[in-house]
Amino acid sequence: MALDSKTPKGPIADKWTNYKNKIDLVNPANKRNIDVIVVGTGLAGGSAAATLAELGYNVKAFCFQDSPRRAHSIAAQGGINAAKNYQGDGDSTYRLFYDTVKGGDYRSREANVYRLAEVSANIIDQCVAQGVPFAREYGGLLDNRSFGGVLVSRTFYAAGQTGQQLLLGAYSAMNRQIGRGKIKMYNRHEMLDVVKVDGKARGIITRNLITGEIERHSAHAVVLGTGGYGNVFFLSTNAMGSNVTAAWKAHKRGAYFANPCYTQIHPTCIPVSGDHQSKLTLMSESLRNDGRIWVPKNMKDVEAIRNKTLKPTQIAEEDRDYYLERRYPAFGNLVPRDVASRAAKERCDAGYGVNATGEAVYLDFASAIERYGKEQAHIKGLNENDAVLVKKLGQEVVKNKYGNLFQMYEKIVDENPYETPMMIYPAVHYTMGGVWVDYNLMTTVPGLYCIGEANFSDHGANRLGASALMQGLADGYFVLPYTIGDYLSDDIRTGAISTETKEFEEAEKEVRAKIDFFINNEGSHSVDYFHKKLGKIMWNKVGMSRNVKGLTEAIQEIKALREQFWKEVKVPGVNDELNEELAKAGRVADFLELGELFAKDALNREESCGGHFREDSVELDGEQKGEALRNDEDFAYVAAWEYKGEPSDAILHKENLEFNDIELKQRSYK
Amino acid sequence: MNLTLKIWRQKNASDKGKLVDYKISDVSPDMSFLEMLDVLNEQLINTGDEPVAFDHDCREGICGMCSLYINGEAHGPDRGVTTCQLHMRMFKDGDTIFIEPFRAKAFPVIKDLVVDRSSFDRIQHAGGFISVNTSGNTIDANAIPVNKADADEAFEAATCIGCGACVATCKNSSAMLFVGAKVSQFALLPQGKVEATDRVLNMVKQMDEEGFGNCTNTGACEVECPKGISLENIARMNREYLKASLKG
Repeated sequence: MALDSKTPKGPIADKWTNYKNKIDLVNPANKRNIDVIVVGTGLAGGSAAATLAELGYNVKAFCFQDSPRRAHSIAAQGGINAAKNYQGDGDSTYRLFYDTVKGGDYRSREANVYRLAEVSANIIDQCVAQGVPFAREYGGLLDNRSFGGVLVSRTFYAAGQTGQQLLLGAYSAMNRQIGRGKIKMYNRHEMLDVVKVDGKARGIITRNLITGEIERHSAHAVVLGTGGYGNVFFLSTNAMGSNVTAAWKAHKRGAYFANPCYTQIHPTCIPVSGDHQSKLTLMSESLRNDGRIWVPKNMKDVEAIRNKTLKPTQIAEEDRDYYLERRYPAFGNLVPRDVASRAAKERCDAGYGVNATGEAVYLDFASAIERYGKEQAHIKGLNENDAVLVKKLGQEVVKNKYGNLFQMYEKIVDENPYETPMMIYPAVHYTMGGVWVDYNLMTTVPGLYCIGEANFSDHGANRLGASALMQGLADGYFVLPYTIGDYLSDDIRTGAISTETKEFEEAEKEVRAKIDFFINNEGSHSVDYFHKKLGKIMWNKVGMSRNVKGLTEAIQEIKALREQFWKEVKVPGVNDELNEELAKAGRVADFLELGELFAKDALNREESCGGHFREDSVELDGEQKGEALRNDEDFAYVAAWEYKGEPSDAILHKENLEFNDIELKQRSYK
Repeated sequence: MNLTLKIWRQKNASDKGKLVDYKISDVSPDMSFLEMLDVLNEQLINTGDEPVAFDHDCREGICGMCSLYINGEAHGPDRGVTTCQLHMRMFKDGDTIFIEPFRAKAFPVIKDLVVDRSSFDRIQHAGGFISVNTSGNTIDANAIPVNKADADEAFEAATCIGCGACVATCKNSSAMLFVGAKVSQFALLPQGKVEATDRVLNMVKQMDEEGFGNCTNTGACEVECPKGISLENIARMNREYLKASLKG
């Protein structure tokens, strides 16, 4: 099947408007006869469910958590981008579009990104109307901060918990519709398959996580907003329950999976402390507004720090290597995430890591505290040369901006980041790859849509900070409600979809067979045993830097691990109860397939772009020596994989990316 | 560290349940409390026993999914943290730790340490929203200026993560802090004023129907709240409720 992105014709700035003017609509009376299933209740799923219900469709929404409010969007800290240009610093729809395409290393679809930038301003209006308490200035207007990879201040925020506040906004919109009976909410339900009837997605099979009941749910269309697959690495900043299962089942039913190797390794996370570690904690990128990243210049200082005979605060300014400022003078500490992560790895690989494991760099707020302190002293007419006072005033400012993050850090690491620099190291955070969708956000299965992080569409090979929240809400509030209507307009005479058909029966049977297998398998190792092993392979061989040898080995190792898993996995308990091990077993089984496809995709892409760094594709000389080298001639395409049984049999389909409005350039932040 | 754990085990909602003793050794002070339970569960699985069920997800103190009543305190002995942020350095070698579910009539136990908090959701369905359509045809965000002090206070109220520690801590199992926080967030913002009357009446009605108790101002909820939601929110809700009742 040829991949058709269905991008509308015409100038980029008019595409979305023209598209909206020409699509088929469903009249309000007919919407009442149409059912839509939304899986996942994060920013994308939650906003989609609320909006579709508001439009009049009958929505069934599903989440595995005990409440839709707990989806992992809640953990996003720093902010949400929007081209409002409230700061008058030169921002515009075009500039947000440009920054996003460039930040994504020219591997995203122009038309989708432009639409995203176009609707971004409206998201802020919408959220404020819903009562989302964004940070404000003293004049009562909204405040902005800046984020990595851009030269304007366009990020709206709510202290360090923008994700929670936006999600609670979407949750409140859902609650209104649940109260009206337009959304039927299924908490603690996990989707275990998509059901296709006559080639169209017409329902799902779920397991009630409390009772173990296997249920059939039908609808005229199915929307997946089920998030990313970062947990394939076991250790990531994702929630413990975040998984690929819904997306992977869709893949197995015919939805192509695009660019699985595009994974974002976030530069500022708390370093791993030991083998018991269950997850990693992010420190918002917004900290790079005020924090300066460094390691010691001299190896003797590194050693003294590791021996604890020297404190970082005792190292003189001239003996510090602010390596981002040194290598990237134009963007400094605010280079995009992929660049910052690789630079940290480069220093640590060279031996300059500042903790016992050698995998940590400093994020230092001393200069910011001094700068803010002086400013406050000046405003208040106090002595700017009183170091103690300046420090106190400066710490207060920093506390106001990042208080909860500093507290979080202190609780985990047991060190006070106001007094000593934070230690950070990159960790898996976000997956740009995902289910392939066209301009309508529809997958290659008719009637099956995919939104938010779960799809591949807007961030190319690297996502800019504060753009995930933007995309989730754009998809759910403003894009899908239009595009799905165009599809559903053909279904006004279809009537209710029966679940008593052979398609539902067969899908249910398969789900039950797998559960029975897990429960009855007399294995010897827990699910986590396999998940941790998979994570190690992924991190060591398919992580921040990749090469042919490592990737080839990873493919073999994952395949072998998968075979071992199906022989030796041990799941205690029974199906008819709350059984977390059983739920985990199904998720890890899917990760074990995805992981292999991930490595295969990374092996196929013989270039470095965004989060995908191939050691055999770097600039060899000149100003950019050692930086990632893209290959536009051979790889300016989306790699969409078709399921054919084993991951090794997956077939590659290419969607060629055309750049008409942005010139393809080497991405320079120097 | 070596520890003795006394953990509440309950097969399902209708089971009576009891405390069961477990020994755990080599606990690192850098582990989080839930990582310690992960280690215990791995042990139990390997010895053919059933692992302990507990709720958790984000493990960074924001999703509100984790709960646990540890040594008689919601989210354990530390302050300003959820259970997932509680670290084992708060305990000493040789300690005995009691681990129970959040207990309240409106939070029935599902299994072991997992409780059903859907009553919180139902209170939100009753009025925890502003009735604005998500069509995008709203006014420009900066057309509604909000005094910074009010905005900050609304934000503080909105930081509630809906974990239920306030209810578990309260001797009356009152949900007033939870409901007060939501009512306050909207009461402090101009956008929320339009529906203020109905909101507070409907949310309080639902709260009562769910079987939560009344507030007797002991302030225990504020102490145990991982997000430091202030008692002022209860006072504000009472004012809102009185105002609404007089109007209604």
